[in-house]
Amino acid sequence: MATSTAPPRPLPPDLTAYALAHGLTVSGARPGLRQYVHQLWSRRHFVAAFATARLTAQYSGARLGQLWQVLTPLLNAAVYYFVFGELMHTKDDVSDFVPFLVTGVFVWSFTQSTLMAGARAISGNLGLVRALHFPRAALPVSYALQQLQQLLISLGVLAAVLVCCGQLPRPSWLLVVPALALQTLFNTGVALVLARLAARTPDLAQLLPFLLRTWMYTSGVMWSVAQLVRGDSVPGVVRVLLECNPAAVYIALVRYALIDSYGTAQLPAHVWALAAAWALVAGAGGFVHFWRAEERYGRG
Amino acid sequence: MVEHPQTAEESPTVVVDGLHVTYRVHGAGSGRGNAVRALRGLLSRAPSPAVRTVHAVKGVSFVAHKGEAIGLIGSNGSGKSTLLKAVAGLLPADRGRVLTRGQPSLLGVNAALLNDLTGERNVVLGTLAMGMSRQEVAERYDSIVEFSGINEKGDFVSLPMNTYSSGMSARLKFSIAAAKTHEVLLIDEALSTGDSRFQERSRRRIAELREQAGTVFLVSHHHKTVTETCDRALWLESGTLRMDGPADEVVAAYEQSVAAKGR
Repeated sequence: MATSTAPPRPLPPDLTAYALAHGLTVSGARPGLRQYVHQLWSRRHFVAAFATARLTAQYSGARLGQLWQVLTPLLNAAVYYFVFGELMHTKDDVSDFVPFLVTGVFVWSFTQSTLMAGARAISGNLGLVRALHFPRAALPVSYALQQLQQLLISLGVLAAVLVCCGQLPRPSWLLVVPALALQTLFNTGVALVLARLAARTPDLAQLLPFLLRTWMYTSGVMWSVAQLVRGDSVPGVVRVLLECNPAAVYIALVRYALIDSYGTAQLPAHVWALAAAWALVAGAGGFVHFWRAEERYGRG
Repeated sequence: MVEHPQTAEESPTVVVDGLHVTYRVHGAGSGRGNAVRALRGLLSRAPSPAVRTVHAVKGVSFVAHKGEAIGLIGSNGSGKSTLLKAVAGLLPADRGRVLTRGQPSLLGVNAALLNDLTGERNVVLGTLAMGMSRQEVAERYDSIVEFSGINEKGDFVSLPMNTYSSGMSARLKFSIAAAKTHEVLLIDEALSTGDSRFQERSRRRIAELREQAGTVFLVSHHHKTVTETCDRALWLESGTLRMDGPADEVVAAYEQSVAAKGR
């Protein structure tokens, strides 16, 4: 038995084999997918606490504080109403334009802010990633959860706006729940992809606002996709692309649930199947994509 | 399979096998007139000139055993902290391997937390991220805050961490990380932060952790701390292992070499 002052024992010739024979494992190796899901589940309290802490810290520097949670979406809707409703007269083409617009803006903001947050989830928390051990997916998932909490506040505002515009609550409002659940899954998946890409290429954070703005203008946030594709002026391929656009799908579903005059005629074909397919493909694909680089986050 | 004669008695906790670590630094270039080059670099995925790679650890091998306390010494930039991060699995190996028993934990003064959140939130988030349950966090919360001494001069724990002095935030970070027992514990300079009372407290806590843990690694520029706390020392020089042996001998050899260079 070596004492504490004895010279270190000679190294075994094959160190890795020696270590494996003693049951050691490679440090920082990527766990299997099943184990990774399990690890992430065991950090669910961290994910929730981190989301809540960030949500409440978000406006801690502003005088009006948490009131901005409600004011920000309202002001957004007001700006779009002024530009698209009053200046460009989109409101003449759409019935119930205010509920139509506010619903579109809030549902779109949910996707937009989740993706923006996702791109910062790893690159903005390198200190945490380099200091502590936890499944890295906890960060983008937590950011997505924070945006979901923000959305719930916005939905309160939305309900008030709808009632003010004469849209009274009815059973179909409950359809919002599955629609937004699917949208949340979709958003989280894409946020995971963006988190991995932005961790490797920080420039993505600069490019993303432009991509998102382009996406927003093609998603029918402040105009009606259904009316555009009804005419013959739109080639078939463009029509399919416009109708399959996941953002447009989720916006259409929430409008259908909440607004009386927004009927099935304005929904694209197979809309629920589309919504579920996008959510599953993005959710599962994004998670696996993120997991495949697990051991590389925080490097460089 | 290579059988070592002493296998029955040995219980290695960390095996480092020919480890090389490089990391990338962004923004090392001049930053002017290279937008086109940068774009080309993005497209071709080739290393851009603005990204420099630093080869910080070059072929280090050693075995650490249960019950050992190992000091890492060497001049600034010799790769001590990088080696520690690689053992913790926070920096991936370029070549070679690090194998460990369980998940090593790195306690560092650089362990960044969330500066715009309160100390309170940081304690909760940090301990949850380390994998504690909500109940464990609730049980240990008071002892963590008390250990850090943050509240000795008023209710600082409810203020955001960016209002803390650097000593205060270092103390809180150490207290959070030290709240958990670890099989392999890596400590980066933590002993030199804080006032003498906090240093004494943390030295005692490290002794405790070392009894519960298998192995403790300590990076420090204070050679007295290394000889007092450790029985073995590794001397790193520009990424390679210069010497591995009993702490007092290695520290003496290192000090001799520094003195020789200074002359």
